[in-house]
Amino acid sequence: MRVTLTVNGREESADGVWEGESLLYVLRERLGLPGSKNACEQGECGSCTVYLDGVPVCACLVAAGQAEGRVVRTVEGLADGDRLDPVQEAFVECGAVQCGFCTPGLIVQAHDLLERCPRPSDAEIREALAGNLCRCTGYEKILDAVRLAAGRKEAR
Amino acid sequence: MDFLRPTTWEEALAAKADRPGSVPIQGGTDVMVEINFDVRRPPALLDLTRVAELREWSMTGGLCRVGAGVPYAAVIGELAGPLPGLAQAARTVGSPQIRNRGTVGGNLGAASPAGDSHPPLLAAGAVVEVESRERGVRMIPAAEFYLGVKRSALEPDELIRAVHVPPATGPQYFSKVGTRNAMVIAVCSFAIALHPRERRVGTGIGSAAPTPRRALEAEELLAAELDWEAPLDPALLRRFGELCARAAAPIDDVRGTAAYRVHAISVMARRTLTWAWNDHLKERAA
Repeated sequence: MRVTLTVNGREESADGVWEGESLLYVLRERLGLPGSKNACEQGECGSCTVYLDGVPVCACLVAAGQAEGRVVRTVEGLADGDRLDPVQEAFVECGAVQCGFCTPGLIVQAHDLLERCPRPSDAEIREALAGNLCRCTGYEKILDAVRLAAGRKEAR
Repeated sequence: MDFLRPTTWEEALAAKADRPGSVPIQGGTDVMVEINFDVRRPPALLDLTRVAELREWSMTGGLCRVGAGVPYAAVIGELAGPLPGLAQAARTVGSPQIRNRGTVGGNLGAASPAGDSHPPLLAAGAVVEVESRERGVRMIPAAEFYLGVKRSALEPDELIRAVHVPPATGPQYFSKVGTRNAMVIAVCSFAIALHPRERRVGTGIGSAAPTPRRALEAEELLAAELDWEAPLDPALLRRFGELCARAAAPIDDVRGTAAYRVHAISVMARRTLTWAWNDHLKERAA
């Protein structure tokens, strides 16, 4: 089947989509957007987190056909041209990225947190990121990055 | 595989009647896992996310009618007042991403004994509204909805439209055992709802029997012996815990042993009743 959706502000279509295929597969393999990562395929790891109609979801659990006509924003759509989003900048500066596999999902999820809750407490950060697994950093640098991004976004 | 996308409830019922083998999909948090892991290849997916009315809830006839497509995030954000037990359980589901997609309707459809919605629905006395094109609406009490492991009273041509839950008239609590606070399938869980006007206490046991179930003898004990004006009698509390544990019929599995679950049910039963009773006495004193 054909699936047409808006991704990062552009209308995109994919043909020959299998009916049981996930939105994640469409993004990565059909639309050339490999930022969202494919790991657990069961919603456990959060590395495929994208915005679907403005709400962060695991793209691996969205059937491609459910995204028809919807608006998707991936990690590739957060930067403004060459200018990284404050969350992305903060992840780089704080050393919140090691192997980088979990990073796109964490960045989208942290981005959503700061949109909804500009000054999150540590408990709120932990809760927001509870569904994003990282096996490298031990999370401390990730928490640092979210705190830094929150401060910078507020200062803007 | 076909992908069916009705946009109205009537279309959805027609699609299910014509294709009873199709699998309804809402948030996809169960269905897509099975498809991704190749454990299920249904002949068709029936996408219900375009049936807008399913995402709505309303107060109708003194009951809170929660559409089958209302995500957990909305249960938490909008229904914690009338449905505190269900909202507490919703907060323990998966992660924020999962709670943005997963629905109570989907939890009912999957009918897993470990589903987090079931114990508070049982404790509150919820009724499931299901419908088919041929036979119309059936209202099934939650206690009669769960028939076996991942088996419900839903017929192949029926869809879940909503769940009707009496708004809380007293304190409600949900407790769940798991290895961490997020992304946990319940080792076991327990829900309690005080119904002060009826001098009755509702219970719900999760993940400790082939189906979610009430602890009926424990409820009868409290109905007969609880003094609603007084502090909790420790002996009564202990017997309540024992009877709740006796109502469980768990198995050993990867998440825990049967013996552990039986023990944990008695602990959670005592704890949740104590929490609820403290609130109850506070409300009376206020």
